[in-house]
Amino acid sequence: MTIQLNGQPVELPEDVKNIDDLLRHYQLENRIVIVELNHEIADKSKYTQLPIADGDKVEMIHFVGGG
Amino acid sequence: MLKIGDQRFKSRLLLGTGKYPSFEVQKEAVRVSEAEILTFAVRRMNIFEATQPNFLELLDVSQYKLLPNTAGAKTAEEAVRIARLAKASGLCDMVKVEIIGCDKTLLPDPVETLKASEMLLAEGFIVLPYTSDDVVLAKRLEELGVHAIMPGASPIGSGKGIVNPLNLKFIIEQSSIPVIVDAGIGSPKDAAFAMELGADGVLLNTAVSGAKDPVKMALAMKKAVEAGRLGFEAGRISEKEYAVASSPEEGMVTS
Repeated sequence: MTIQLNGQPVELPEDVKNIDDLLRHYQLENRIVIVELNHEIADKSKYTQLPIADGDKVEMIHFVGGG
Repeated sequence: MLKIGDQRFKSRLLLGTGKYPSFEVQKEAVRVSEAEILTFAVRRMNIFEATQPNFLELLDVSQYKLLPNTAGAKTAEEAVRIARLAKASGLCDMVKVEIIGCDKTLLPDPVETLKASEMLLAEGFIVLPYTSDDVVLAKRLEELGVHAIMPGASPIGSGKGIVNPLNLKFIIEQSSIPVIVDAGIGSPKDAAFAMELGADGVLLNTAVSGAKDPVKMALAMKKAVEAGRLGFEAGRISEKEYAVASSPEEGMVTS
């Protein structure tokens, strides 16, 4: 499956089926990260229930230094 | 005490977290500044370098109040999107509305700032808009119900200090919500001056992160903000045209 992740096309292995899997795939499950799936903010408590499909647009957002 | 919404803060210095030479220096600067409110920006992760450490994750976030900004937004809608993303982290309910209307001066867009503030207030955010030092705009924002007003002293990162103290004074005098002077502070004297004018707080970043010794400057800013505030509360003497002797004029030993 291919999704648009932070504006770039990425190829994902078969076993990545939902947002929770996606975060684990990138080893981000314990990081401060906010996920947007097709322009909707993903509820943290529902990551395992949010399936991702071919062509989905996913944004992974975090906090960086700023004034 | 600085009171924003229903929260109280001992420190009147708010510190930005951008452009420090290293995380170690930054951590120490934050510590000595005794700032309780730290600003952050919201950005896409570089997922291909996701193992890179992140400053926020090195901090004990329970000890600080996070103030995410909406920098990067050019419209109210973009600012609202960024604010919602920040809130979805579960780490913050405050937002610094920052909508740049001019790339060269980085001055804020007053119309979009007003619009975004109204939308964010309706969603229950604690709203702190970064604005120009426009007295009427400050009044209009206060009427909307924002929780603090943050007029710039001079353009972001310029270090020019307070270019229009009269406007800032007008804003401070008319305002019944906290006024936090944000942007343009260059040195401790600027921070002290802002506080002497009666500001409730000062938000700065580059003045510390870009200093030769950021840790020492963080301490200097802490003291400047405290000194300025004490001076304001103590009430300075009025200026006179000519000298007024401080020693008694009776009982002179000469003549």
